[in-house]
Amino acid sequence: MSRNVVLVDAVRTPFGKAGSLYAGVRADDLMVRAVRGLLERNPKVALSEIDDVAIAAATQSGDQGMNLGRSVGLLAGLPNTVPGYSVDRWCAGAMTSVTTIAGAIAFGAYDIAIAGGVEHMGNHPIGEGLDPNPRYLAEKIVDQDALAMGATAERLHDRFPELTKARADAYALNSQVKTARAYAEGKIQRDLIPVAIRSPELGWGIATVDEPPRPTTTIEGLATLKTPFRPAGRVTAGNSSGLNDGATAAILASEERALELGLGIKARLVSFAFAGVEPEIMGFGPVPSTIKALKKAGLSISDIGLFEINEAFAIQVLAFLDHFGIADDDSRVNMYGGAIAVGHPLASSGVRLMLNLARGFEEHTEVRYGITTMCIGLGMGGTVIWENPHFSGFTSAAGGK
Amino acid sequence: MTTSSIDLPVGAPEEVVTHALVRDVDLTAFGFIGNLALITLDNGHDHNRPNTFGPKSLMELDAAITDALSRKPAAIAVTGKPFIFAAGADLSALSFLTNREQSMAIGKLGHDIFRRLGELDIPTFAFINGLALGGGLELGLHCNYRTLATTAFTALPEVFLGLVPGWGGATILPKLIGPEKAVQVIILNALNNNTMMNAKQALSLGVVDTVFEPADFLEKSAGFVADVLSGRKQIVREGHTNDGDWESSLAVGRTAALKKYGGAEIASPMVALKLIGEARTATLSSGFDAEDAALSDLVLSDPLRASLYAFNLMQKKRKKVEGAPKPALGRKVAKVGVVGAGLMASQLALLLVRNLKCPLVMTDLDQARVDKGVEWVKSELTKLVEKRRMSEESAHRLSLLVTGSVDQSAFAGSDFIIEAIFEELSLKQELFKKLEKIVSPECVLATNTSSLSVEAMTEGMAHPERVVGFHFFNPVAIMPLLEIARTSKTDDATTATAVNVGKELKKTMVITKDAPGFVVNRLLTRFMGEITDAVDEGTPVDVADNAMRSIGFPMSPFELLGLVGPGVALHVAETLHKNLGPRYRISPTMQRMVEKEVRQFYVKSEDGTKVANPEAIALVEKGTTPSTSEQVKLRALKALAEEARMMLDEGVVTSPAEIDLCMLLGAGWPLVLGGILPYLDREGISEAVTGQRFHAKGVASLP
Repeated sequence: MSRNVVLVDAVRTPFGKAGSLYAGVRADDLMVRAVRGLLERNPKVALSEIDDVAIAAATQSGDQGMNLGRSVGLLAGLPNTVPGYSVDRWCAGAMTSVTTIAGAIAFGAYDIAIAGGVEHMGNHPIGEGLDPNPRYLAEKIVDQDALAMGATAERLHDRFPELTKARADAYALNSQVKTARAYAEGKIQRDLIPVAIRSPELGWGIATVDEPPRPTTTIEGLATLKTPFRPAGRVTAGNSSGLNDGATAAILASEERALELGLGIKARLVSFAFAGVEPEIMGFGPVPSTIKALKKAGLSISDIGLFEINEAFAIQVLAFLDHFGIADDDSRVNMYGGAIAVGHPLASSGVRLMLNLARGFEEHTEVRYGITTMCIGLGMGGTVIWENPHFSGFTSAAGGK
Repeated sequence: MTTSSIDLPVGAPEEVVTHALVRDVDLTAFGFIGNLALITLDNGHDHNRPNTFGPKSLMELDAAITDALSRKPAAIAVTGKPFIFAAGADLSALSFLTNREQSMAIGKLGHDIFRRLGELDIPTFAFINGLALGGGLELGLHCNYRTLATTAFTALPEVFLGLVPGWGGATILPKLIGPEKAVQVIILNALNNNTMMNAKQALSLGVVDTVFEPADFLEKSAGFVADVLSGRKQIVREGHTNDGDWESSLAVGRTAALKKYGGAEIASPMVALKLIGEARTATLSSGFDAEDAALSDLVLSDPLRASLYAFNLMQKKRKKVEGAPKPALGRKVAKVGVVGAGLMASQLALLLVRNLKCPLVMTDLDQARVDKGVEWVKSELTKLVEKRRMSEESAHRLSLLVTGSVDQSAFAGSDFIIEAIFEELSLKQELFKKLEKIVSPECVLATNTSSLSVEAMTEGMAHPERVVGFHFFNPVAIMPLLEIARTSKTDDATTATAVNVGKELKKTMVITKDAPGFVVNRLLTRFMGEITDAVDEGTPVDVADNAMRSIGFPMSPFELLGLVGPGVALHVAETLHKNLGPRYRISPTMQRMVEKEVRQFYVKSEDGTKVANPEAIALVEKGTTPSTSEQVKLRALKALAEEARMMLDEGVVTSPAEIDLCMLLGAGWPLVLGGILPYLDREGISEAVTGQRFHAKGVASLP
């Protein structure tokens, strides 16, 4: 790698249940708020110096169309000299915005840029406008299950029978508990950008906290939930993320430029990788992508002190943890809870993982490396490995800042 | 609250209720532990129907304030619906108020409810997210603090309409920003064609405390609340009671009001100035009481009813042209021509190319004139760029569209040609016959003649149905009226095309019969004729010229004459004399002025004041039957009534409202006169001269 890439800062909007908190708010406006909030708290970044804006969305039409990267830049008030583009890798959209921008920074093409993602699943219900090629099924390229994410989660349970519904529910409850605790300690709110909301019946309001968390969740309650993807299945609304609206944004920079400008450094990029798996068990994707990323970094799983795994489904996290021999309730994993509690507005989630990891790095200076990882529809995983700039083991000469 | 609602006056349209919705906003995210109770004003319609306040809306706001307080918030804020804060009182009911009690009650209801926001023991804020006019801005002024979106316009337009800011504005604003700025907002802006403040101006005048971009206006405003509540931000208010410029500021306002109405003391600006002056020492309560009383007097007056009538008329007719054929009948206009390259023609060319943005050809008799005309248009475009009213790119585009030629065959392929050559019928007849050989039979041939017969110009033409009168007023870029004159032969496609072009030019149009002088020139010339007649008969120039001062016309007859020029005025008078009869007299004084090239009855003295021009006075006919000022006034007004009735009887236009519209927009006659006919009605002139009113009672007057 020619140059070090750092995460300067990351923020997100509060997440809403699909079409609820943000009914009547446009997706591009949500994204604009995230970008403006991000830049406002990083006044040392000169707007004209931003080399690019990469914005992801899984559905790129309507208020998520028109090349979001460019359109959000203009709507957010960036100078028209700042270019932008849109990114799609379904759930790993924002993660891909980050890795793509990072690649350009490492190559030396960019010094400083914005990466983010948005999904308004209220305005764009999952599956909207999809037109799967009939060859998929006719030529048995994939099973029918591969096209429905809930079904892929059930297939993961089938693959790993020891990962039971009870374990999934217990994991899900823990996510709610951790999120509630983080909220009580004010750890999540720090990175939320308030968003004006309006409904004809209630008038204007301002969203300042996530809508999806259910802090009163109980294990008994979870056990009674229906399994919508198959009779006697294991995947429920309680042990899955919901359908959500939200946006995230991050500033990435070359370490050199960040230091020159006196910007904060929240994490230093070590390596990243994406990998494919059988589409029917897409939730297993983070395993091969993590193996690949670790290999590139010359690290092993034991070097990783903090994990941020997207909780699309509890089973998918369990499959990852089980593979690497990590306990279901390991405290290094998803410190503030995850998508099961706060929600998963598809293409936005990647940056949420990163901002949580960055906060974890601040709290755990004994940790040197952390990863952010997520599964991706049609059978993929993505992993980004980060180094903690606050790591206490650095000697002052070794670049720890 | 003890406030109780009041009923709408009988006959008033159902109120479009502006609802007041209350919602809690947690300020923790903005750095203050506590809640803001946010009141949203929303009438449930889009921005084309702004929030307004009638009795029910006020009561909803009252209930919302009570609801908000019950939530024990740290502060209360009021904001609007998208693009609109509030556009003020619901004026639709105002014309139906019949007694002082009703009028006092609506004034007091507004005061009682709005002032709650200024007198709570928690801070109140107005988040002015969009348009805030009149009562809308006054609501904001009652709040302790104001934020404003950078794209929002605000104004107190009451004086423009013949009212005063009567829900607190006339009292609070001078106390808040001092007399000079308050006079600017309440008097000068209102009288200057209802000029609104942009955000920058509102901020620098101190009308608002801070401005935020619309992209996150509400979030930033909430942050401002948190900053104020936490003490991170302090807004210092300086008292203005001891400012030294109260008298001088009021004098500036008074001068402007007199100038606007040609020296007449029109009630609303004078009353507003009185309220502003009293605000220096008045308590809020006494100021509000004075506002209620002042407003009630104005509301129950004929001038206000005439103003509202005139205002509504202008609003309505801006969009809808009475008697116009369906727009779809109009033909596409992709190339235009202007015959002539003199000043008038060049002004027309500029207006046309700016709005139609299509190729435009100017012609004249020789190359020098053509070049001068084309160059003038291009230099005006450059000036617009310098004034930042046009981008350089647009100026490039438009400049390239304008070409000139001495050869009229350059008009080939045109869709619309307007002539502005010398006012001589035979020349125009010859021109149109020549143009017919160059352009297609569908090309509209328009004339900007002010007094010649349009139909006579079509004599001998193969296609007279494509000829139409297209009469502008000077200066053409500014004066909003366009008279479209149809001859008996003009077809619908031609008229529709002309109206479509007029719409592109953003003009308000009145379709008239092809009658001499159409509407504005016919009435103005008749009116002027009476004044010059009086002078020719021996009435002193100043007596005759000042006879109309008290009415409120923007300028005196001879000031107008100076603007138009005696040459043009005489020419029009001669034409109308020939075509309409001897009631249009030809003044020997005027003839001599034209002959001797004396343009003005007034000249500027060394100290800048206007004094009589001795050269003109020397040319005045020395009659022996002078009139008094009162006699001159009466005969001029009688002449207007007589002529207007004749025009209606002849079908020059179809309704009295169209005559009023013409005088409002073509002559700049004031709203308080309702144009002119409501004034003639209320002075009893119409009935005395014609035996009937122009408007039924209650249309533009008290019922």
